Amino acid sequence: MKLPTFSAVAALALVSAAPLARAETAADFIAGFQGEARQSDPSFKGFSASRGQAFFTAKHGNEWSCSSCHTDNPLQSGKHAKTGKSIAALAPAANPERFSSAAKVEKWFKRNCNDVLGRACTAQEKGDVLTWLAGLKK
Amino acid sequence: MTNGMTAVAVAIVAVAASWPIDSKAEREHFNVDNTTYRSECGSCHIAYPPQLLPADAWQRLMSQLDKHFGSDASIDTKTAREIETYLEANAARRVAGGKPTLRISETRWFLREHNEVPARVWKSPAVKSASNCAACHTKAEQGDFSERTLRVPK
Repeated sequence: MKLPTFSAVAALALVSAAPLARAETAADFIAGFQGEARQSDPSFKGFSASRGQAFFTAKHGNEWSCSSCHTDNPLQSGKHAKTGKSIAALAPAANPERFSSAAKVEKWFKRNCNDVLGRACTAQEKGDVLTWLAGLKK
Repeated sequence: MTNGMTAVAVAIVAVAASWPIDSKAEREHFNVDNTTYRSECGSCHIAYPPQLLPADAWQRLMSQLDKHFGSDASIDTKTAREIETYLEANAARRVAGGKPTLRISETRWFLREHNEVPARVWKSPAVKSASNCAACHTKAEQGDFSERTLRVPK
């Protein structure tokens, strides 16, 4: 019975080597952006919800702002500016699925910052916006 | 086979070849059954039936997702590969004719199916764009484009 024992041990090793699957929260991402912001800017002074809101609702040289699709009130559902498709609410208080997966957060900031600003967002910008979104209450 | 029969057969094949899809039922109900495709490509628009574009169009479209009809729709390589495989395997079996396009709404098939739709419907705020299938095809999300589920907004 050597082989099954070996397989069991190998399987166990694989399971324990896998990263702990844990749903992330907005607070985790804010902490991550804070670390990044500190590294890239020694004069970093923290995030601001009001600055985040202003950033979210303003245009940045391109046709769309964040609120073109997500509306000025991310507690409610939005609508894609081009296709008209309904977009679920972005604020975690209204939609707990938001900001719970690192892959999704990375994917959407990359795409949407490119659309709205024509470049990647800075950690400061992402942290400000998320601080505002995470603070919104129903 | 007599000459007459051959002529009829040729005519039928010619008519069929001008359609990207085989039967009426197939033109109205599409199987869009890949979870990755549905979730990734169904966020900004409905997950369009792969049967509506030929494989080479899907390939071109997938190779330029960072510039996707004016939007950055890039996804990671592994996901992109899975979606492309699915799209190609389920793509239109016949080319619809007309000039090659990446827009389903520009295919000859689409234009013919919608030739009775008046301009004011396309311009209505509830529709906005030909990419907004679900504005009229209430079950478009489920791949159902039958007349029964069609509700054109006033």
